[in-house]
Amino acid sequence: MVPALAITGLTKTYGNGFTALKGIDLTVEQGDFFALLGPNGAGKSTTIGIISSLIQKTAGSVSVFGCNTDTQFSQAKQYLGLVPQEFNFHVFEKVFDIVVNQAGYYGLPKSQAVSRTHELLKQLDLWDKRDTQARMLSGGMKRRLMIARALVHKPKLLVLDEPTAGVDIELRRSMWEFLQRINREGTTIILTTHYLEEAEQLCRNIAIINDGKIAENTNTKELLKRVDSEVFILDCDIQPNALPPLAGYTLTQSDENTLEVEVKKGQSLNTVFHHLSQHAINITSMRNKTNRLEELFVKLVNKGAA
Amino acid sequence: MNIQQLWVAYATLVRKEIKRFTRIWVQTLLPPVITMSLYFIIFGKLIGERIGEMSGTPYITFVVPGLVMMAVINNSYSNVVSSFFSAKFNRSIEELQVSPTPSSVIIAGYISGGALRGLLIGIIVTTVSFFFTSVAIHNVFITLVVIILAAVLFSLAGFINAVFANSFDDISIIPTFVLTPLTYLGGVFYSIDMLPKFGQVLSQFNPILYLVNSFRYGILGISDINIGAAITGLCLMVVALYSVCWYLLEKSHRLKQ
Ligand SMILES: Nc1ncnc2c1ncn2[C@@H]1O[C@H](COP(=O)(O)OP(=O)(O)OP(=O)(O)O)[C@@H](O)[C@H]1O
Ligand SMILES: [Mg+2]
Repeated sequence: MVPALAITGLTKTYGNGFTALKGIDLTVEQGDFFALLGPNGAGKSTTIGIISSLIQKTAGSVSVFGCNTDTQFSQAKQYLGLVPQEFNFHVFEKVFDIVVNQAGYYGLPKSQAVSRTHELLKQLDLWDKRDTQARMLSGGMKRRLMIARALVHKPKLLVLDEPTAGVDIELRRSMWEFLQRINREGTTIILTTHYLEEAEQLCRNIAIINDGKIAENTNTKELLKRVDSEVFILDCDIQPNALPPLAGYTLTQSDENTLEVEVKKGQSLNTVFHHLSQHAINITSMRNKTNRLEELFVKLVNKGAA
Repeated sequence: MNIQQLWVAYATLVRKEIKRFTRIWVQTLLPPVITMSLYFIIFGKLIGERIGEMSGTPYITFVVPGLVMMAVINNSYSNVVSSFFSAKFNRSIEELQVSPTPSSVIIAGYISGGALRGLLIGIIVTTVSFFFTSVAIHNVFITLVVIILAAVLFSLAGFINAVFANSFDDISIIPTFVLTPLTYLGGVFYSIDMLPKFGQVLSQFNPILYLVNSFRYGILGISDINIGAAITGLCLMVVALYSVCWYLLEKSHRLKQ
């Protein structure tokens, strides 16, 4: 089976002499849900720009479902759908027109284009906004508009550059569900994100790009195994400075109701609990330090919605 | 893409362009009608009656073809330059760049949009001119060929301007400093016989002279120049400018980093 995306030896030097990509090799298999992670300026958008013909590469080759983007560009472009990082639609055009015109640029006959647009606007909750000018949409709606536009020609590979940046938690969750559904239905997905939790939840494979080079390319489970410690937050009642030390563990007291404990690989939370109960410290609840706010927020929003 | 798909892409673009200029008709369709009516009243009627004849026809009849041509040129040019520049500016050009629509179809779409606006204005202005004078068209075929060539040529020029423009100011530089002077010096208001020898030689390098004269020939049957050579030259210029547009779309760092 040909890979959905095959990149070899990709380099990019911009007009000002800056080399943003220093030889990228990347393969994404068909059906995969793939995350491209990396800090700001790592080269994610540059890579995506080259895949989608918006940026000219300096060297290397790119194929989409076996079609080279130089020699079989027409077919390669048919296979690809792009949701760019920045809004790039005409703000005075109406939502419906933006999506239906994009279908036209892919050569979809009018009747198909219209029915496909109906379908996508409904799925992405934009149907009520179909006659609204794009400039009057909220940020989250604009993102969804770009997703609808990218899917109108039924691409086999969907590439999303930070689709959930600036999107609220509830909408982010529904976008995840949407993406997971189209992935199950057969669309290969590549996304970039700065939310590691997002990559962890959605993606089977992850590549980390840093300073124009691939620093890591593996499956998510492997990567998580390498996380060698986790910090938990424990709610409890405790006198100031009354925390007894525990050998081998980093136990810190943030205030009179909260403890933080770092549990390394091979260590056990049982030891911590045992130690605390020996000193009559009563634990009322516990959570992961990372994503703490997010979880809390989702609970609040869901409670509000119910 | 197969022929049918190419046609769909082309039709989509043209429809979008027509929608754009009709949506903002107060900016696009109305102004030329007002300006041209003023030209007809002032140059044609008021001043024209004192001028008498030019190249053997009443002055108003002499200027109408030139004014129609001027309106077509300006509107074709400004339609494409503003539409394509704003697509570049708000990056909606990327919608086309990611799609399989080939450069030739993108150019054809924008040029058709510009030419259609130019021709629509041409028709409106001609209709308005009937309130001031009436002319029987001498050669319909040449008239149509020339007006279409003019609309296409200046749409292409507008496209090139848009690729190089970096700001909204840049899209008015060429119209103000090049297009308007060339039009005024292109024999819209006078016959080049009236110029001194030097002026006549210089005018030979003004493409608008050929357009205005060929068009006037189509309508009135009078011309300062050789029509066959003029039309051939115009066709060659269309081919040349089209090639430049195609090259820019494929290779320009202004459109693809
Ligand atoms: N047009 C350009 N000209 C010159 N340098 C550029 C250009 N576009 C991007 N760069 C540089 O290339 C590098 C990679 O940029 P890129 O947009 O690919 O990063 P990114 O990984 O997408 O970052 P972010 O997470 O912030 O979106 C950056 O250092 C950036 O400054
Ligand atoms: Mg980016």
